[in-house]
Amino acid sequence: MPAPTASQTVGPFFSFALLDLFRPELVAPETPGALRIEGVVLDGEGAPVDDAMVEIWQANAAGRYAHPADLRHDLPLEHGFTGFGRCGTDAEGRFWFVTIKPGAVPAPDGRPQAPHLDVSVFARGLLKRLVTRMYFPDEEAANAADSVLSALAGACERATLVAVPSGVVLRFDIRLQGDGETVFFAV
Amino acid sequence: MASEVHSGAAGDRRAGVDVDPPYLYPDYVATRLRSPTRPLVILPHSLSELTGPVYGEDAVGELDHDLTRQHEAEPAGQRITVSGRVLDGDGRPLGGQLLEIWQANAAGRYVHAVDRHAAPLDPNFTGAGRCLTDDQGAYRFVTIQPGAYPWLNHHNAWRPAHIHFSLFGRAFATRLVTQMYFPGDPLLDYDPIFQSVRDPQARERLISSFDLDLTEPAWALGYRFDIVLRGPDATPMVD
Repeated sequence: MPAPTASQTVGPFFSFALLDLFRPELVAPETPGALRIEGVVLDGEGAPVDDAMVEIWQANAAGRYAHPADLRHDLPLEHGFTGFGRCGTDAEGRFWFVTIKPGAVPAPDGRPQAPHLDVSVFARGLLKRLVTRMYFPDEEAANAADSVLSALAGACERATLVAVPSGVVLRFDIRLQGDGETVFFAV
Repeated sequence: MASEVHSGAAGDRRAGVDVDPPYLYPDYVATRLRSPTRPLVILPHSLSELTGPVYGEDAVGELDHDLTRQHEAEPAGQRITVSGRVLDGDGRPLGGQLLEIWQANAAGRYVHAVDRHAAPLDPNFTGAGRCLTDDQGAYRFVTIQPGAYPWLNHHNAWRPAHIHFSLFGRAFATRLVTQMYFPGDPLLDYDPIFQSVRDPQARERLISSFDLDLTEPAWALGYRFDIVLRGPDATPMVD
Protein backbone atom coordinates (compact mmCIF):
# COMPACT_ATOMS: atom_id res chain seq x y z
CA MET A 1 0.00 0.00 0.00
CA PRO A 2 1.60 3.29 -1.03
CA ALA A 3 1.92 5.91 1.69
CA PRO A 4 0.07 9.21 1.16
CA THR A 5 1.80 12.29 -0.22
CA ALA A 6 2.44 14.85 2.51
CA SER A 7 0.83 18.27 2.54
CA GLN A 8 2.79 21.50 2.07
CA THR A 9 1.64 25.08 2.44
CA VAL A 10 -0.26 26.74 -0.39
CA GLY A 11 2.13 29.70 -0.03
CA PRO A 12 1.37 33.39 -0.71
CA PHE A 13 1.27 33.36 -4.52
CA PHE A 14 -1.63 31.08 -5.44
CA SER A 15 -4.27 33.61 -6.48
CA PHE A 16 -3.27 33.94 -10.14
CA ALA A 17 -3.55 30.17 -10.53
CA LEU A 18 -6.41 29.08 -8.29
CA LEU A 19 -8.95 31.90 -8.32
CA ASP A 20 -9.99 32.12 -11.96
CA LEU A 21 -11.81 28.85 -12.64
CA PHE A 22 -13.42 28.39 -9.22
CA ARG A 23 -15.46 31.27 -7.81
CA PRO A 24 -17.30 32.33 -4.64
CA GLU A 25 -20.73 32.38 -6.31
CA LEU A 26 -22.40 28.98 -6.18
CA VAL A 27 -25.66 30.49 -7.39
CA ALA A 28 -26.49 33.72 -9.16
CA PRO A 29 -27.28 36.45 -6.57
CA GLU A 30 -30.82 36.89 -7.87
CA THR A 31 -31.66 33.21 -7.29
CA PRO A 32 -34.59 32.78 -4.89
CA GLY A 33 -33.21 31.84 -1.48
CA ALA A 34 -29.69 33.05 -2.31
CA LEU A 35 -27.67 33.92 0.79
CA ARG A 36 -24.55 36.01 1.08
CA ILE A 37 -21.94 34.78 3.55
CA GLU A 38 -19.19 37.17 4.61
CA GLY A 39 -16.33 36.68 7.01
CA VAL A 40 -12.80 37.52 7.90
CA VAL A 41 -9.85 35.22 8.58
CA LEU A 42 -7.80 36.36 11.60
CA ASP A 43 -4.52 35.17 13.03
CA GLY A 44 -3.38 34.66 16.61
CA GLU A 45 -2.96 38.41 17.16
CA GLY A 46 -6.35 39.17 15.68
CA ALA A 47 -4.71 40.51 12.52
CA PRO A 48 -6.39 39.89 9.16
CA VAL A 49 -4.95 37.08 7.06
CA ASP A 50 -4.85 38.73 3.65
CA ASP A 51 -3.49 35.76 1.74
CA ALA A 52 -5.81 32.91 2.69
CA MET A 53 -8.02 30.78 0.47
CA VAL A 54 -11.36 29.56 1.77
CA GLU A 55 -13.35 26.77 0.11
CA ILE A 56 -16.84 25.53 0.83
CA TRP A 57 -18.45 22.22 -0.07
CA GLN A 58 -22.14 21.64 0.40
CA ALA A 59 -25.26 19.75 -0.65
CA ASN A 60 -27.98 21.42 -2.70
CA ALA A 61 -31.23 22.75 -1.26
CA ALA A 62 -32.72 19.25 -1.29
CA GLY A 63 -29.72 17.89 0.65
CA ARG A 64 -28.22 15.97 -2.28
CA TYR A 65 -24.53 16.00 -3.19
CA ALA A 66 -23.53 16.16 -6.87
CA HIS A 67 -21.26 13.13 -6.47
CA PRO A 68 -21.55 9.40 -7.25
CA ALA A 69 -21.23 8.42 -3.58
CA ASP A 70 -24.56 10.10 -2.83
CA LEU A 71 -26.97 7.34 -3.79
CA ARG A 72 -30.14 9.06 -2.64
CA HIS A 73 -31.57 9.29 -6.11
CA ASP A 74 -34.97 10.27 -4.76
CA LEU A 75 -33.47 13.67 -4.03
CA PRO A 76 -33.07 15.86 -7.09
CA LEU A 77 -29.80 17.22 -8.42
CA GLU A 78 -29.77 20.83 -9.47
CA HIS A 79 -28.39 21.48 -12.91
CA GLY A 80 -25.50 23.93 -12.74
CA PHE A 81 -25.07 23.70 -8.97
CA THR A 82 -21.72 22.11 -8.17
CA GLY A 83 -21.81 22.71 -4.42
CA PHE A 84 -18.21 23.99 -4.44
CA GLY A 85 -16.96 27.53 -3.97
CA ARG A 86 -13.54 29.10 -3.55
CA CYS A 87 -12.60 32.60 -2.43
CA GLY A 88 -9.31 34.35 -1.67
CA THR A 89 -9.19 36.82 1.21
CA ASP A 90 -8.67 40.49 0.39
CA ALA A 91 -6.32 43.01 2.00
CA GLU A 92 -8.60 43.12 5.06
CA GLY A 93 -8.72 39.34 5.35
CA ARG A 94 -12.31 39.21 4.08
CA PHE A 95 -13.95 36.48 2.04
CA TRP A 96 -17.49 35.98 0.76
CA PHE A 97 -19.74 33.40 -0.86
CA VAL A 98 -23.18 33.51 -2.44
CA THR A 99 -25.03 30.24 -2.11
CA ILE A 100 -28.23 28.61 -0.88
CA LYS A 101 -28.82 26.86 2.40
CA PRO A 102 -28.24 23.15 1.91
CA GLY A 103 -30.79 20.56 2.91
CA ALA A 104 -30.05 18.13 5.74
CA VAL A 105 -27.58 15.33 5.11
CA PRO A 106 -27.49 12.15 7.22
CA ALA A 107 -24.81 11.49 9.81
CA PRO A 108 -23.05 8.08 9.72
CA ASP A 109 -25.77 6.71 12.01
CA GLY A 110 -28.49 7.81 9.60
CA ARG A 111 -29.91 10.62 11.72
CA PRO A 112 -30.10 13.99 9.99
CA GLN A 113 -27.31 16.48 10.55
CA ALA A 114 -28.18 20.16 10.76
CA PRO A 115 -27.65 22.03 7.47
CA HIS A 116 -23.97 22.88 7.17
CA LEU A 117 -21.13 23.76 4.84
CA ASP A 118 -17.80 21.93 5.01
CA VAL A 119 -15.10 24.60 4.96
CA SER A 120 -11.39 24.36 4.10
CA VAL A 121 -8.84 27.09 4.86
CA PHE A 122 -5.44 27.30 3.16
CA ALA A 123 -2.75 29.97 3.63
CA ARG A 124 0.90 30.78 3.90
CA GLY A 125 1.77 29.67 7.42
CA LEU A 126 -0.60 26.71 7.22
CA LEU A 127 1.42 23.62 6.35
CA LYS A 128 -1.83 21.72 5.79
CA ARG A 129 -5.41 22.85 5.41
CA LEU A 130 -7.72 23.61 8.29
CA VAL A 131 -11.21 22.11 8.15
CA THR A 132 -14.22 23.57 9.84
CA ARG A 133 -17.98 23.71 9.36
CA MET A 134 -20.50 26.52 9.10
CA TYR A 135 -23.98 26.02 10.54
CA PHE A 136 -27.01 28.29 10.12
CA PRO A 137 -28.44 30.56 12.82
CA ASP A 138 -32.08 29.91 11.91
CA GLU A 139 -31.78 26.17 12.57
CA GLU A 140 -31.73 26.11 16.37
CA ALA A 141 -33.56 22.83 16.80
CA ALA A 142 -31.54 21.04 14.14
CA ASN A 143 -28.29 22.50 15.51
CA ALA A 144 -29.16 21.33 19.02
CA ALA A 145 -29.72 17.81 17.69
CA ASP A 146 -26.67 17.79 15.42
CA SER A 147 -24.22 15.02 16.34
CA VAL A 148 -21.13 17.08 15.51
CA LEU A 149 -22.20 20.26 17.31
CA SER A 150 -23.50 18.46 20.36
CA ALA A 151 -20.24 16.55 20.72
CA LEU A 152 -18.43 19.83 21.34
CA ALA A 153 -17.78 20.58 24.99
CA GLY A 154 -18.70 24.22 25.36
CA ALA A 155 -21.28 26.71 24.12
CA CYS A 156 -18.43 29.04 23.11
CA GLU A 157 -16.90 26.37 20.96
CA ARG A 158 -20.23 25.55 19.32
CA ALA A 159 -20.79 29.25 18.68
CA THR A 160 -17.64 29.49 16.57
CA LEU A 161 -19.32 27.23 14.02
CA VAL A 162 -22.68 28.99 13.73
CA ALA A 163 -22.99 31.96 11.36
CA VAL A 164 -24.45 35.14 12.80
CA PRO A 165 -27.07 37.14 10.93
CA SER A 166 -25.78 40.62 10.10
CA GLY A 167 -28.32 42.60 8.13
CA VAL A 168 -28.98 40.65 4.92
CA VAL A 169 -25.71 38.79 5.25
CA LEU A 170 -24.60 35.76 7.26
CA ARG A 171 -21.36 36.48 9.06
CA PHE A 172 -18.86 33.67 9.61
CA ASP A 173 -15.42 34.66 10.86
CA ILE A 174 -12.54 32.21 11.08
CA ARG A 175 -10.08 32.72 13.92
CA LEU A 176 -7.03 30.57 13.36
CA GLN A 177 -5.56 30.92 16.85
CA GLY A 178 -6.18 32.37 20.27
CA ASP A 179 -9.28 34.10 21.63
CA GLY A 180 -12.41 32.70 20.12
CA GLU A 181 -10.38 30.19 18.10
CA THR A 182 -12.65 28.45 15.60
CA VAL A 183 -13.19 24.74 16.14
CA PHE A 184 -11.21 22.83 13.52
CA PHE A 185 -11.66 19.19 12.60
CA ALA A 186 -9.53 16.18 11.77
CA VAL A 187 -11.04 14.67 8.63
CA MET B 1 -13.49 -2.68 6.74
CA ALA B 2 -10.03 -3.57 5.48
CA SER B 3 -8.64 -0.05 5.80
CA GLU B 4 -9.46 0.12 9.50
CA VAL B 5 -7.61 -3.06 10.47
CA HIS B 6 -4.66 -2.53 8.16
CA SER B 7 -1.48 -2.35 10.22
CA GLY B 8 0.49 -0.42 7.65
CA ALA B 9 4.11 0.49 7.11
CA ALA B 10 5.85 3.56 8.44
CA GLY B 11 4.23 6.69 7.07
CA ASP B 12 0.79 5.10 6.58
CA ARG B 13 -1.71 7.39 8.18
CA ARG B 14 -4.16 4.57 8.77
CA ALA B 15 -1.62 2.80 11.01
CA GLY B 16 -1.47 5.84 13.23
CA VAL B 17 1.53 7.61 11.69
CA ASP B 18 0.58 10.87 10.06
CA VAL B 19 2.78 11.92 7.12
CA ASP B 20 1.57 15.50 7.17
CA PRO B 21 3.59 18.23 8.86
CA PRO B 22 2.32 19.69 12.15
CA TYR B 23 0.47 23.02 12.17
CA LEU B 24 3.04 24.67 14.43
CA TYR B 25 6.57 24.41 13.10
CA PRO B 26 8.42 27.37 14.59
CA ASP B 27 11.26 27.32 12.05
CA TYR B 28 8.59 28.30 9.53
CA VAL B 29 7.86 31.61 11.16
CA ALA B 30 4.40 32.22 9.70
CA THR B 31 3.05 29.11 11.45
CA ARG B 32 3.59 30.74 14.85
CA LEU B 33 0.51 32.97 14.52
CA ARG B 34 -1.55 30.88 12.13
CA SER B 35 -1.55 27.46 13.74
CA PRO B 36 -4.49 26.52 15.96
CA THR B 37 -3.64 25.92 19.61
CA ARG B 38 -6.51 23.58 20.42
CA PRO B 39 -6.52 19.94 19.39
CA LEU B 40 -8.54 19.08 16.31
CA VAL B 41 -11.92 17.50 16.88
CA ILE B 42 -12.44 14.24 15.02
CA LEU B 43 -15.14 14.59 12.39
CA PRO B 44 -16.70 11.20 11.60
CA HIS B 45 -17.13 10.88 7.87
CA SER B 46 -20.63 11.53 6.63
CA LEU B 47 -21.67 12.10 3.03
CA SER B 48 -20.35 15.66 3.44
CA GLU B 49 -16.80 14.33 3.79
CA LEU B 50 -17.18 11.33 1.46
CA THR B 51 -18.30 13.44 -1.50
CA GLY B 52 -16.46 16.24 -3.23
CA PRO B 53 -16.46 18.32 -6.39
CA VAL B 54 -16.34 16.37 -9.63
CA TYR B 55 -14.97 18.02 -12.75
CA GLY B 56 -15.29 17.01 -16.32
CA GLU B 57 -13.48 17.69 -19.55
CA ASP B 58 -14.89 21.19 -19.82
CA ALA B 59 -12.86 22.31 -16.80
CA VAL B 60 -9.66 22.01 -18.81
CA GLY B 61 -8.65 23.68 -22.08
CA GLU B 62 -6.53 21.86 -24.65
CA LEU B 63 -3.35 23.77 -23.80
CA ASP B 64 -3.91 24.26 -20.09
CA HIS B 65 -1.36 21.55 -19.29
CA ASP B 66 1.40 23.32 -21.24
CA LEU B 67 2.80 26.30 -19.36
CA THR B 68 5.20 27.05 -22.25
CA ARG B 69 2.43 27.79 -24.75
CA GLN B 70 0.33 30.40 -23.01
CA HIS B 71 1.91 33.43 -24.66
CA GLU B 72 3.26 34.56 -28.02
CA ALA B 73 6.65 32.97 -27.55
CA GLU B 74 8.12 30.32 -25.33
CA PRO B 75 9.43 31.24 -21.91
CA ALA B 76 13.11 31.25 -21.00
CA GLY B 77 14.50 28.36 -19.05
CA GLN B 78 15.02 24.64 -19.12
CA ARG B 79 12.01 22.94 -20.71
CA ILE B 80 10.80 20.00 -18.62
CA THR B 81 7.88 17.61 -18.56
CA VAL B 82 6.37 16.55 -15.27
CA SER B 83 4.39 13.31 -15.35
CA GLY B 84 3.04 10.88 -12.89
CA ARG B 85 0.03 9.08 -11.59
CA VAL B 86 -2.51 9.99 -8.98
CA LEU B 87 -3.37 6.98 -6.80
CA ASP B 88 -5.56 6.37 -3.81
CA GLY B 89 -4.37 4.84 -0.56
CA ASP B 90 -4.94 1.35 -1.92
CA GLY B 91 -2.73 2.03 -4.94
CA ARG B 92 -5.67 2.29 -7.34
CA PRO B 93 -5.42 4.88 -10.11
CA LEU B 94 -7.66 7.92 -9.81
CA GLY B 95 -8.91 8.86 -13.27
CA GLY B 96 -10.65 12.08 -14.18
CA GLN B 97 -8.86 13.98 -11.39
CA LEU B 98 -8.27 17.70 -11.83
CA LEU B 99 -4.75 18.90 -11.00
CA GLU B 100 -3.96 22.60 -10.69
CA ILE B 101 -0.29 23.62 -10.61
CA TRP B 102 1.57 26.89 -10.26
CA GLN B 103 5.19 27.99 -10.03
CA ALA B 104 7.77 30.73 -10.38
CA ASN B 105 9.59 31.36 -13.66
CA ALA B 106 13.16 30.27 -14.43
CA ALA B 107 14.53 33.31 -12.60
CA GLY B 108 12.53 32.45 -9.48
CA ARG B 109 9.91 35.20 -9.85
CA TYR B 110 6.15 34.75 -9.59
CA VAL B 111 3.74 36.88 -11.62
CA HIS B 112 1.82 37.60 -8.41
CA ALA B 113 2.03 41.32 -7.56
CA VAL B 114 3.07 40.54 -3.98
CA ASP B 115 6.31 38.96 -5.16
CA ARG B 116 8.88 41.76 -5.07
CA HIS B 117 11.96 39.58 -5.60
CA ALA B 118 14.54 41.41 -7.74
CA ALA B 119 14.45 38.90 -10.56
CA PRO B 120 12.96 39.54 -13.97
CA LEU B 121 9.44 38.66 -14.99
CA ASP B 122 9.17 36.70 -18.20
CA PRO B 123 6.54 38.14 -20.56
CA ASN B 124 6.11 34.64 -21.98
CA PHE B 125 5.43 32.90 -18.70
CA THR B 126 2.48 33.07 -16.30
CA GLY B 127 3.14 29.83 -14.45
CA ALA B 128 -0.29 28.26 -13.92
CA GLY B 129 -1.60 25.04 -15.43
CA ARG B 130 -4.37 22.47 -15.20
CA CYS B 131 -4.96 18.99 -16.44
CA LEU B 132 -7.15 15.95 -15.84
CA THR B 133 -5.76 12.50 -15.15
CA ASP B 134 -6.63 9.83 -17.69
CA ASP B 135 -8.24 6.55 -16.74
CA GLN B 136 -4.87 5.19 -15.63
CA GLY B 137 -4.58 8.10 -13.24
CA ALA B 138 -1.79 9.57 -15.38
CA TYR B 139 -1.14 13.27 -15.89
CA ARG B 140 1.48 15.27 -17.81
CA PHE B 141 2.49 18.91 -17.73
CA VAL B 142 5.00 20.75 -19.90
CA THR B 143 6.75 23.66 -18.25
CA ILE B 144 10.14 25.18 -17.50
CA GLN B 145 12.30 24.46 -14.49
CA PRO B 146 11.39 27.02 -11.83
CA GLY B 147 14.18 28.94 -10.09
CA ALA B 148 14.81 29.06 -6.38
CA TYR B 149 13.75 32.27 -4.69
CA PRO B 150 14.60 34.18 -1.54
CA TRP B 151 12.03 34.77 1.17
CA LEU B 152 12.11 36.58 4.50
CA ASN B 153 11.57 33.64 6.85
CA HIS B 154 15.12 33.93 8.21
CA HIS B 155 18.44 35.43 7.13
CA ASN B 156 19.53 34.22 3.70
CA ALA B 157 16.43 32.04 3.34
CA TRP B 158 15.75 30.51 -0.08
CA ARG B 159 12.92 28.26 -1.18
CA PRO B 160 14.18 25.28 -3.15
CA ALA B 161 12.85 25.11 -6.72
CA HIS B 162 9.32 23.76 -6.49
CA ILE B 163 6.00 23.38 -8.28
CA HIS B 164 2.79 23.74 -6.28
CA PHE B 165 0.10 21.09 -6.80
CA SER B 166 -3.57 21.21 -5.78
CA LEU B 167 -5.88 18.20 -6.10
CA PHE B 168 -9.37 17.33 -4.89
CA GLY B 169 -9.37 13.55 -4.97
CA ARG B 170 -12.68 11.72 -4.81
CA ALA B 171 -13.96 13.42 -1.70
CA PHE B 172 -13.78 16.47 0.57
CA ALA B 173 -11.65 14.32 2.88
CA THR B 174 -8.99 13.65 0.25
CA ARG B 175 -8.19 17.27 -0.70
CA LEU B 176 -4.43 17.86 -0.98
CA VAL B 177 -2.21 20.87 -1.58
CA THR B 178 1.47 20.06 -1.76
CA GLN B 179 4.76 21.01 -3.41
CA MET B 180 6.98 19.02 -5.74
CA TYR B 181 10.75 19.43 -5.44
CA PHE B 182 13.69 18.51 -7.65
CA PRO B 183 16.36 15.88 -6.98
CA GLY B 184 19.75 16.99 -5.76
CA ASP B 185 18.65 20.47 -4.76
CA PRO B 186 21.07 21.64 -2.07
CA LEU B 187 18.44 24.01 -0.64
CA LEU B 188 16.22 21.17 0.58
CA ASP B 189 18.36 20.63 3.66
CA TYR B 190 17.81 24.24 4.72
CA ASP B 191 14.14 24.68 3.85
CA PRO B 192 11.82 24.68 6.87
CA ILE B 193 8.70 24.04 4.78
CA PHE B 194 10.20 20.86 3.29
CA GLN B 195 11.79 19.86 6.60
CA SER B 196 8.47 20.26 8.44
CA VAL B 197 7.56 16.82 7.06
CA ARG B 198 9.03 14.75 9.86
CA ASP B 199 9.30 11.31 8.27
CA PRO B 200 12.38 11.11 5.96
CA GLN B 201 10.62 8.78 3.52
CA ALA B 202 7.64 11.10 3.30
CA ARG B 203 10.04 13.98 2.55
CA GLU B 204 11.73 11.89 -0.14
CA ARG B 205 8.37 11.28 -1.79
CA LEU B 206 7.93 15.04 -2.29
CA ILE B 207 11.03 15.06 -4.48
CA SER B 208 10.43 14.26 -8.15
CA SER B 209 12.65 11.74 -9.92
CA PHE B 210 14.64 12.56 -13.02
CA ASP B 211 13.56 10.00 -15.59
CA LEU B 212 15.59 9.46 -18.76
CA ASP B 213 12.70 7.47 -20.26
CA LEU B 214 10.44 10.52 -19.89
CA THR B 215 13.12 12.80 -21.28
CA GLU B 216 12.44 13.67 -24.92
CA PRO B 217 15.57 13.96 -27.07
CA ALA B 218 16.55 17.49 -28.03
CA TRP B 219 13.41 18.81 -26.41
CA ALA B 220 12.76 18.43 -22.67
CA LEU B 221 14.04 16.78 -19.52
CA GLY B 222 11.49 14.50 -17.92
CA TYR B 223 10.59 14.31 -14.24
CA ARG B 224 8.25 11.86 -12.56
CA PHE B 225 6.09 12.71 -9.57
CA ASP B 226 3.43 10.34 -8.33
CA ILE B 227 0.82 11.54 -5.87
CA VAL B 228 -0.95 9.28 -3.40
CA LEU B 229 -4.14 10.57 -1.85
CA ARG B 230 -5.45 9.04 1.32
CA GLY B 231 -8.58 6.95 1.01
CA PRO B 232 -11.69 8.80 2.11
CA ASP B 233 -12.41 6.08 4.63
CA ALA B 234 -9.05 6.46 6.37
CA THR B 235 -9.19 7.19 10.09
CA PRO B 236 -8.97 10.93 10.77
CA MET B 237 -5.67 11.88 12.38
CA VAL B 238 -5.36 14.24 15.30
CA ASP B 239 -1.91 15.78 15.79
